[in-house]
Amino acid sequence: MDQELLRVSGLTRYYGSRVGCRDVSFSLWPGEVLAIVGESGSGKSTLLSLLSGRLAPTAGDVSYRDRDGRWLSLPNLSEADRRRLQRTDLGVVHQNPRDGLRMRVSAGGNIGERLMALGHRHYGRLRGTGLDWMERVELDPQRIDDHPSAFSGGMQQRLQIARNLVTEPRLVFMDEPTSGLDVSVQARLLDLLRHLVASLGLAVVLVTHDLAVARILAHRMMVMRGGEVVETGLADQVLDDPCHPYTQLLVSSILQA
Amino acid sequence: MNAPMISIRALAKTFTLHTQGGTRIRAFDGVDLDVAAGECVALHGPSGAGKSSLLRSIYANYRPSSGRVVVRHNGGSVDMTAAEPRAILDVRRKTLGYVSQFLRVIPRVSTLDLVAERLTAMGVEAGEAVARACGLLARLNIPERLWPLAPATFSGGEQQRVNIARGFVRDYPILLLDEPTASLDGENRRTVVNMILEAKGRGAAIVGIFHDDEVREAVADRCLHLTRPEEA
Amino acid sequence: MTAETMQGYNYAYLDEQTKAMIRRAILKAVAIPGHQVPFGSREMPLPYGWGTGGIQITASIIGPLDVLKVIDQGSDDTTNAVSIRSFFARTAGVKTTTATEEATVIQTRHRIPEAPLTDGQIIVYQVPIPEPLRFMEPSESETRTMHALEEYGVMHVKLYEDIAEHGRIAKSYDYPVRVQSRYVMAPSPIPKFDNPKMHDSPALQLFGAGREKRIYAIPPHTRVESLDFEDHPFEIQKWDEACAICGARDSFLDEILTDDRGGRMFVCSDSDHCARRVREDC
Repeated sequence: MDQELLRVSGLTRYYGSRVGCRDVSFSLWPGEVLAIVGESGSGKSTLLSLLSGRLAPTAGDVSYRDRDGRWLSLPNLSEADRRRLQRTDLGVVHQNPRDGLRMRVSAGGNIGERLMALGHRHYGRLRGTGLDWMERVELDPQRIDDHPSAFSGGMQQRLQIARNLVTEPRLVFMDEPTSGLDVSVQARLLDLLRHLVASLGLAVVLVTHDLAVARILAHRMMVMRGGEVVETGLADQVLDDPCHPYTQLLVSSILQA
Repeated sequence: MNAPMISIRALAKTFTLHTQGGTRIRAFDGVDLDVAAGECVALHGPSGAGKSSLLRSIYANYRPSSGRVVVRHNGGSVDMTAAEPRAILDVRRKTLGYVSQFLRVIPRVSTLDLVAERLTAMGVEAGEAVARACGLLARLNIPERLWPLAPATFSGGEQQRVNIARGFVRDYPILLLDEPTASLDGENRRTVVNMILEAKGRGAAIVGIFHDDEVREAVADRCLHLTRPEEA
Repeated sequence: MTAETMQGYNYAYLDEQTKAMIRRAILKAVAIPGHQVPFGSREMPLPYGWGTGGIQITASIIGPLDVLKVIDQGSDDTTNAVSIRSFFARTAGVKTTTATEEATVIQTRHRIPEAPLTDGQIIVYQVPIPEPLRFMEPSESETRTMHALEEYGVMHVKLYEDIAEHGRIAKSYDYPVRVQSRYVMAPSPIPKFDNPKMHDSPALQLFGAGREKRIYAIPPHTRVESLDFEDHPFEIQKWDEACAICGARDSFLDEILTDDRGGRMFVCSDSDHCARRVREDC
């Protein structure tokens, strides 16, 4: 627990001459939840793609420490190794569950896919794991053979989480996981995520524009604007004592319920 | 003589309000304070003197403009104004309990879990954590029917007592208390006073804001007087 | 060449450059068992879906001394089988046969003959959809990457779905195989009954998809395993009935409706095999 899981240094991505994100550096430790906040176009989604190895940086590095303690530079990894890592140690929860689920495969098949990719070849055990994870994400196990299209948005999002967590990844990237959900559904998902993150000791990089979500889930926060990080700190520090003008504007713009 | 549990030197906090034309507001400055184990210091002064801001700065919820806050932690010391975020979280988890004025409610999380998670986060086994949380909620007169509910709909006094339970369910070596008895009736106030005295008795270092003179006199060993700083 | 050989066409219809191109694709396919090799599929004088891929392979490998057998669903005498046989008889002047053991080249649609293939024989499969990953992954560039990196988890997802829905692996045709523990391959819509015949076969097996422009191969004596689960092992079809004509109990049977009152019978799908058994019994 006393070594970083992820080291990010000088991470930069240009789209032609336009800045996607510039010179981002930070470390993430096991069990830490880092929220990246900012408006759309602030570079947070670009950063998330760079961090999860789905986009190649123009400059800088993202290094991940694997289970054997070796540091792997994501941009320099072969495609085979990178994809293997993405299937085992990393997870991505997409904003739109359709991007993260196989919509024409049953819930159980969705949950089992990563395990089958790792060579699990026992149907009964795969099924057992599927039922177990249905329960852990508060889905009715009796619906294990239903397709995601028969699920509500909140259920699809929980299924997407189960599909990712089944291989017990160490680091999960979440892109606006609660946006597009009704408030009550959001609360349930947040509660679930809070529990899973704590009980599994997951490290999470969470992109959100919702500061309330960041406060509930995140330990640390990074505020982005125009592709650059303008403020970092503990989540409660950034929200209760924002220093940068842009952060103050963001925080003061929250509607008080 | 043992080193103090909290050692504050030349601490100052100024807010710059960029959304209001860069207005600078000085919350407090030049604060020096040592608090020993088993000692309770009351922050005293008029409204706007920066009492809550100082408490929040000790907790590293606010980031002071200058000075330092050194707390004893894990047999060593940590400067809360300079430590890495994860070091601060570790201090908060193990050493520094903070009872804020208002409870921050998390949707769907029950009162009992809210209190018990302070223990499970420290590795206390779930059954024992729940048992201890129940004991404390009962002592603070939170009706048992409320325990499974999220405290969003509770009265101010009930929310405050849940907050107090969160601060006292663990034996934190340092406690920061922001008006813990403000909205409590006589009986509950006495309970909280007793809990503070018990905490002192086991050696907790306490810094608090106590609006109520009676409470302050009952628990505080001395006062730190804060005055409203001149405008910056 | 026989007198019936058509004049005015190149030998075996395709021009020599095309045949050379296809032979190069075949050589590459043989060198990388189970791997799909793209090739420049030509317009043929019959529509896609009628065996254009298989015909182009046959045209590229057939020599004057070869003896050709063509089967369609096991039968030598369907329109398609007869047409293709006569096509090569006329354009290449080769001898044709219906007897499996006499043939040097067997072009097939959806069956492998019951009689074991032998050393030196070549079997050419007509393939409609060569990509076994297609039904899970619509992107061609992604399926290529998945093959390159041996990412075959989705194949078992499909089998999982079968068991979840039907209680068993219901897929009975075009049942996916792993070739030499490397490439996952679609064996064309042969019944899974025929899958074991592909394993360690002494014959060279070539697969041609005309519309999809892919050629792949299984060289002689190659390991071919059908995908399955530990607790749902691969099994071939079994029948309670015997062939109503030859009495065979170990061949692939077709169900034939004999009237409109539910009457039916089961007969060998491999017509040559069935006829031979009847002859030998007499």
